[in-house]
Amino acid sequence: MNEHTILAAATILAAAFVMAVGAVGAAYGESRIGAAAMDALARQPDEASSITRMLFVSLAMVESTAIFCLVIALILLFANPFTGGSGG
Amino acid sequence: MELRIFGDPVAFHCGPFPVTETMLTSTLVTCVLIGLVWGVRISLQNAPLSYVSTVASMIVESCDKLIYDITGRAHPELANWSGSLFLFIASCNLAGQLPGVHPATGSLATTSALALLVFLSVPFAGIYSHGVCGYLRSYLRPNPLMLPLHVISELSRTLALAVRLFGNIMSGHLVVALLVSLAGLLVPTPIMALDLLIGILQAYIFAILATVYIGAAISKDAE
Repeated sequence: MNEHTILAAATILAAAFVMAVGAVGAAYGESRIGAAAMDALARQPDEASSITRMLFVSLAMVESTAIFCLVIALILLFANPFTGGSGG
Repeated sequence: MELRIFGDPVAFHCGPFPVTETMLTSTLVTCVLIGLVWGVRISLQNAPLSYVSTVASMIVESCDKLIYDITGRAHPELANWSGSLFLFIASCNLAGQLPGVHPATGSLATTSALALLVFLSVPFAGIYSHGVCGYLRSYLRPNPLMLPLHVISELSRTLALAVRLFGNIMSGHLVVALLVSLAGLLVPTPIMALDLLIGILQAYIFAILATVYIGAAISKDAE
């Protein structure tokens, strides 16, 4: 178990951890946004277009944290600065 | 299908400058868009009631109405800018679904350039509507203590714009490539249909966010 193996194992574990935690947070936030939008739509169906627009915008804002986690996980896996970034 | 995440392969060299595939794709999309719009313009001049002209008018009107809904005023320049952003990003995303074409927005360079344009157009719009002093004063309200937070928020939202678009498009193609290599030919088709929706949605969100940022700079001192 040389240094390179430890580094690879730590990288894979870190990528999995980053993705898991990021997905949990974004999923919770998006579910809250969806529930609130359903509530608002049921109360005021006339405002459907503006509610839907704000729903999509806020979903994208929240989802971007998960996307950041995905990009960091992919950097760890495919462009890791500590292993020389082997594009494997 | 090879996995391509951060790299951007060079297609050919034009003198000392390397020309990457992303540059080729985005230039091609731009040329196709300009050609289409040129045709629509001719059709608008010759037959204002034809099918193509009506659809074009509907697109422009919906852009104008969206800007009016967001900023509370009519801004033809802002509508042009956001509509161009939306059309270019949506075309790039949709062109990525063609076989053999790598989407231009799936590369961090393209999305960074687009986000940088939005970042630069915010002070441009602010100075255009309030003057240099008025725009700089907007950084000091409600309190001069907020200055670092304003600066950080401008920088971080630019980063978020770039990485959001890049991450969404790139991850969609990554999932398709993984499914093709793991499962087979027709398995990723539903995912590709989802990618079509996500491509349009991300272009819409990019344009909406750009509009919101620029609209905030325009109307900062409106009170």
